[in-house]
Amino acid sequence: MTDTFEPTIIGFTCNWCSYRAADMAGTARIKYAPNVRLIRLMCSGRLDPTFVLKAFASGADGVLVSGCHPGDCHYVEQNYKAMRRFYLIKRLLAQMGIEPGRIKLLWASAAEGAILANEINKFTEEVRALGPLHWNPTQGIEAPAHAQPLVEVTA
Amino acid sequence: MSEKIGVYVCHCGTNIAGTVDVEDVAKWAAEQLKHRGVVIARDYKFMCSSLGQELIQKDIQELGLTRVVVAACSPHLHERTFRTACKNAGLNPYLCELVSIREQCSWIHADKVVGTEKSKAILSGGVERVIWHEALEPLRVPIHPATLVVGGGIAGIQAALEIADAGFPVIMVEREPSIGGHMAQFDKTFPTLDCSACILTPKMVDVGNHPNIKLLSWAEVTKVDGYVGNFQVVVKQKARCVVTELCTGCGICVEKCPKKVVDDVFEAGLGKRKAIYTPFPQAVPKYPVLDRENCTYFIKGTCKACEKFCPTGAIDFNQKDEYLQFDVGQIILATGWELFDVRRIPQYGYGRLPNVLTSLEFERLSNAAGPTGGKIVMKDGVTAPKSVGIVHCVGSRDKNYNAYCSSICCMQSLKFAHLVHERTGAEVHNFYIDIRTPSKGYEEFYQRLLEEGTHFVRGKVADITNSVRLPGEEGKLVIQVEDTLIGKQRRIPVDMVILSAGLEPRHDTKEVARLFGLSCSADGWMIERHPKLDPVATMTDGIMIAGCLQGPKDIPASVAQGAAAAARVVGKIQQKEISIEPVRATVNQDKCSGCRICNNLCPFNAILYHEDRMVSEVNPALCQGCGTCVAACPAGAITGTGFSNEQVLAQIEGLLMLNVKRMETIPA
Repeated sequence: MTDTFEPTIIGFTCNWCSYRAADMAGTARIKYAPNVRLIRLMCSGRLDPTFVLKAFASGADGVLVSGCHPGDCHYVEQNYKAMRRFYLIKRLLAQMGIEPGRIKLLWASAAEGAILANEINKFTEEVRALGPLHWNPTQGIEAPAHAQPLVEVTA
Repeated sequence: MSEKIGVYVCHCGTNIAGTVDVEDVAKWAAEQLKHRGVVIARDYKFMCSSLGQELIQKDIQELGLTRVVVAACSPHLHERTFRTACKNAGLNPYLCELVSIREQCSWIHADKVVGTEKSKAILSGGVERVIWHEALEPLRVPIHPATLVVGGGIAGIQAALEIADAGFPVIMVEREPSIGGHMAQFDKTFPTLDCSACILTPKMVDVGNHPNIKLLSWAEVTKVDGYVGNFQVVVKQKARCVVTELCTGCGICVEKCPKKVVDDVFEAGLGKRKAIYTPFPQAVPKYPVLDRENCTYFIKGTCKACEKFCPTGAIDFNQKDEYLQFDVGQIILATGWELFDVRRIPQYGYGRLPNVLTSLEFERLSNAAGPTGGKIVMKDGVTAPKSVGIVHCVGSRDKNYNAYCSSICCMQSLKFAHLVHERTGAEVHNFYIDIRTPSKGYEEFYQRLLEEGTHFVRGKVADITNSVRLPGEEGKLVIQVEDTLIGKQRRIPVDMVILSAGLEPRHDTKEVARLFGLSCSADGWMIERHPKLDPVATMTDGIMIAGCLQGPKDIPASVAQGAAAAARVVGKIQQKEISIEPVRATVNQDKCSGCRICNNLCPFNAILYHEDRMVSEVNPALCQGCGTCVAACPAGAITGTGFSNEQVLAQIEGLLMLNVKRMETIPA
């Protein structure tokens, strides 16, 4: 199983540094692990702990949180607030029995595409070593009753 | 009513189609995401082309699409393009979502199967997200016509004059007694060798006389409140002890003042000034400043020579610092740079060896209005050097100090070499890592220097010493260097060494950044909105940056930035009101418990607390839309438009294909 296991990672990036680092990695054609799927937030400070839990609950095996370097935040200091929240989330996850290694905080400036790519590769391998999380009810063997289908959206 | 979603997958030539089976992605979306509201999914060679945009517009009109998802390049490149396309077809632009399958997929993967699968996930995330999008309107706020320009160097001067000439009021604040900045200290400017004062002083005089410019020198900004279009700033006017309404600028007080002080600012420590002074003869404004720290009257209680001799009775020892308040619509920061402290490299001997100078000291030494009247002489004040060494990249391009290139030092060093040659006939050695002469006329200047017979030694100087090891080194400064072109260590004895020190952000740039709500890079320079496409705007709407506080640059580049910042400012003033991206936080006042957790999280002071109703409210014009308060609100009372909880949570589900998987698990 572990031979074929491809982890899925949700990455939260800020609009100004880390998302642009991902753009830069792309522009520079740096090849890296396809396991990460990015969500753009305006700032890493926007990261609601719910997002992390939701990602794990929806089937992610790892969560990457990425923002501007401390001192470089485009909203002055909001990445510090993200950092505070990150360690809180990490503790919370541990209490819920999720390995702390499944979540990673990464500072990446808009110029650090190569660093971002490299760190994503490393993180993918770390999560791969941890194995699948199996938190997603629809992926598990028995689909629990609370796995409701998405509600039809009405305008 | 369900949403009608249109999905458009771009080939981007072969940029995407090379590693993503674009047709398969579109077909998959049409089938597998049909239950989520996708009514049409198309692929096209270049979605951003006018034909690609027409495709979307036609579908909006004919199929009545209520949402659009484009899978193409990064939103930083073409989000605006597709939003505009939607707007032109009558769909609110914020109901369009651009997901990146190029930078984040096709360009970073080589395997087509992997690329196609990941593209589907990314697209699925976009579809789930767009369902929760809301129709938004840009916010509109009126703009105050006045502009604050902070810093009276060449960049600030240019910006102020452009705005004032366009007919709008400017308030210029300068910390020193006179405007002019570093450029006023120079004798010649490269590569044309124009006299710096001759080209600068007319502009300074224009600033001083302009009816639209209120010039506050010897003043500092202490407080900034408000937001784009409506800033309130407080300026501390330091006491000059000179009543400017009475002063004629005759200079008798300066002449009569008995106290001499070393001038560390304008003369870079090479010359002296009086306790009451104007930094240089052409200073604007012409009124002197009394330096209370060094004035004999303020120290000992007697003297008052200046007061005694002032013909108009303009001296006022009791003057106090004043705090002035102004309303301005926009702000241009041009606070400039500072010289790298060469003492940090002790092996270069600055401060220990008398004839080792910094570049700014040499500027003053070579300046016709400087302490030696422009005579290039050694510390004894009479002897001209017979040989001079100029060391490039002191504190720049050096991992131990600053990794960046200071950009002006090569040309400045070449200029110094020329001036030394011309005025003393001395032999000149330039020690360089690389010669960088990228602007107009710069390479030609370098060629001219080569023809003049300047020696160029490629290598980083290891040591500058006065200890004699070889004959011929007696009484000389010996430059120890590895000449990397011949692969040998050399010891070159010279009479004088000029350290071409790098440019650094001013020591208080971080405080300035905090005051104005901006941010600095790791190097300490202020960060522009976009390094290439928006170099004078900042992340804070209504605040521009110009000149060296954004990064090292020469005079033409500083002038260009000053003018560019002014053009942006004038353009906004003329619109009378401006529109702001509606990515903002709003507080649902019914849900707000008044806990005030969000209040202290906002670095822009955008969250007001209403004591009477015990609820918080976000000022949309101050809010920058980072969303930190949204994430922090324990009651879930704050919504972030454009990045709402629903949108992000839906995107997570979409990215993990929960939408598709659930359909499979639900019995038909």
